Amino acid sequence: MSRFTLSTSALAILAVSATAAAARDNVQVAGSSTVLPYASIVAEAFGENFDFPTPVVESGGSSAGLKRFCEGVGENTIDVANSSRKIREKEIKACAEAGVTDIIEVRIGYDGIVFASQKTGPEFTTFTQADLFNALSPKVVIDGKLVDNPYQKWSDFNADLPDVEIATFIPGTKHGTREVFEEKVLVQGCEDTGAYELLKAEAEGEDDKAKGKAAHKACYNVRTDGKSVDIDGDYTETLARLDSNSNGVGVFGLAFYENNTDKLKVATMADVAPSTETIASGEYPVSRPLYFYVKKAHIGVIPGLKEYAEFFVSDEIAGPDGPLSDYGLVSDPELAATQTLVADEATMGEGM
Amino acid sequence: MTDATATPQAAPATSLVAADARTQKRNRAERRFRAYGMAAILTGLFFLVVLVSSILYNGVGAFQQSFVNVPVYLDPAKLDKNGTGDIEEIKKVSTFGYAPLIQDGLLSEVQKSGIETPLTKSKDMKNLLSASAAAEVRDYVVANPEQIGETVEFRLLASSRVDGYLKGRVKREDVADDKNISVEQLDLTDQLRDAGIVSKGFNLSFITGADASESRPEQAGIGVSMLGSFFMMLVVLVLSLPIGVAASIYLEEFAPQNRFTDLIEVNISNLAAVPSIVFGILGLAVFIQFAHLPQSAPLVGGLVLTLMTLPTIIISTRASLKAVPPSIRDAALGVGASKMQSIFHHVLPLAMPGILTGTIIGLAQALGETAPLLLIGMVGYIASNYPDGFASGFLDPNSAMPAQIYEWAKRADPAYYERAWGGIIILLVFLLTMNAIAIILRRRFERRW
Repeated sequence: MSRFTLSTSALAILAVSATAAAARDNVQVAGSSTVLPYASIVAEAFGENFDFPTPVVESGGSSAGLKRFCEGVGENTIDVANSSRKIREKEIKACAEAGVTDIIEVRIGYDGIVFASQKTGPEFTTFTQADLFNALSPKVVIDGKLVDNPYQKWSDFNADLPDVEIATFIPGTKHGTREVFEEKVLVQGCEDTGAYELLKAEAEGEDDKAKGKAAHKACYNVRTDGKSVDIDGDYTETLARLDSNSNGVGVFGLAFYENNTDKLKVATMADVAPSTETIASGEYPVSRPLYFYVKKAHIGVIPGLKEYAEFFVSDEIAGPDGPLSDYGLVSDPELAATQTLVADEATMGEGM
Repeated sequence: MTDATATPQAAPATSLVAADARTQKRNRAERRFRAYGMAAILTGLFFLVVLVSSILYNGVGAFQQSFVNVPVYLDPAKLDKNGTGDIEEIKKVSTFGYAPLIQDGLLSEVQKSGIETPLTKSKDMKNLLSASAAAEVRDYVVANPEQIGETVEFRLLASSRVDGYLKGRVKREDVADDKNISVEQLDLTDQLRDAGIVSKGFNLSFITGADASESRPEQAGIGVSMLGSFFMMLVVLVLSLPIGVAASIYLEEFAPQNRFTDLIEVNISNLAAVPSIVFGILGLAVFIQFAHLPQSAPLVGGLVLTLMTLPTIIISTRASLKAVPPSIRDAALGVGASKMQSIFHHVLPLAMPGILTGTIIGLAQALGETAPLLLIGMVGYIASNYPDGFASGFLDPNSAMPAQIYEWAKRADPAYYERAWGGIIILLVFLLTMNAIAIILRRRFERRW
């Protein structure tokens, strides 16, 4: 009996793998978990409005998505990579080596990063980059000298902030969000407090430029005494941490905050409240562009690919009144330019 | 148990009625021990009750869904501009063209039923309705183009905020900063419910439906990932049962007892204790990176879970083969049966209930497993497409039930949190059913000697 089932199961596996080579008729998308909600909203609407099947959307992170994107050209590779950062030179090179030379870069809009705390918790309503730098950096400036961070409470360095223990929950280093946080918050705060100049003076390096670079990097450092916690999971985990710590301050995406306004209150950054308007105008300082990348070689081969890209950036989807904006994406003021770029299939280098 | 003191060796000085000090001490020790046992069981029961009630409390809401009854006037001026009735022309109107029609329909229904509300624009109705409503109406029109120009009554999904409000999840005082709903809209919801336009009903599409994007949790269902789990379990069953049974029969009945078979036995026992994530890494390396099988496919998930389930099946099968008394084998051999005949005609049928029980328990374990799926890409995938055939059920990317629950728990909209708990209820029902089948099989067919 077991011999019989063995052979039938082997046959079944063979039959199944024989059909694996069948042609693909749906668009395949992978990449950033930040872009995933937007991409899945578009994919869903695309499936409803076109005769093409609903595109397959997977997450896995910007880097992982771009890596799969650069594996080569052909039906067994993905067509679109979502990314919460610009593609790197190294990745373009890796792509070119695998034969992926024509890449269309599409900017879909902006994502804001907000600082929020428990709704009923202490009054964290205004922050500046300098406040966050003072709270988070291992080295801060006191009386014109660089010293190990002695601050235990927010009120220690800014009397306007609540008199509670510092406890922050920031995205872990594998997140694209962390990069924005470092560049737009920590480095800015580093310069504002004067720590940058002092770090530069201390830094080792051949010339002024190398020293500047080292100091820039030193500004990224975050204290390791437990006042700041890296969250490697997603925003739900940050939210759970805030739930159990009423003094905590967490970093969230604007869309996540807007879906959880019943639990969170948001703080202004440098006196600008985060909203789709202030981010679109550039007033709110902590934001980043979101992208997706399309393989030009697949247009015309994979049915619906170009239509998907065009649909993604169309006014009714990515415009200020579209569903993406409703969900929290900050619409790109230069959307029209992006639309022509996609329509012309302008690849990186030629169209930019 | 006090009469236990009436021991035959009782010393003459002590009374038969009153227990002596030593006996009393022993009895006290026994009572204490019983109390400890009782306390242990009560603690276990307490946690079980807490667990089950919190799952039910959080998850039952997912099986209820709010619907809005809206008469929609299918305006020919908008849906079929040229009046040709050509289906291709009608299809060109996207869901964005349908949304205003539905909002108008709801607004006129509100005004008709005499509800007083400060919301007088049709755009104000947008937040009450699910984003899926437009797609539902469009599908209907594309299927029935002759209905254009008529007013058709639709039963559409309410938005997740309205749904949450009716279920008590969204509180009036919490929505001040919420741009997805306003207090006036919640007031209107109350009035609509009293007028019978908004009502709650059983949510079948939660069980059968596909996953949805983050902007419309009210539409999401576990159906597609249930199919993913089904195809995975099929692979596991078809592979692990024959391989596992064949391996255990050989090891138990035919294999010589030597160092080599001892080594294999030790390894099988060890494999059963290996953390499941290790199998996930193995699957990623062997099936996806080396064998180039498609990522996120139930076939790969099934193969990985087969590796995980095999030791469980082999161990339980060997135990049940061992439990068949040697006299059965001896009798069969004695009347002239070959070794193989004695096994397949006598031993295996008698061991079958035990083997099936072990298999079902192994499958149930595999069904609830998330960790290996994490690595082969079945987590983080939006299961929005039903497989269109048997082969595509194995090969097209899909999710699995536990992976779907994990995915929902991660999402921003709190309505997904409720869905995650609802998904847990469904998964538990499956596991309980499988375990119940295993128990019934054992009860009915197991023979004791």
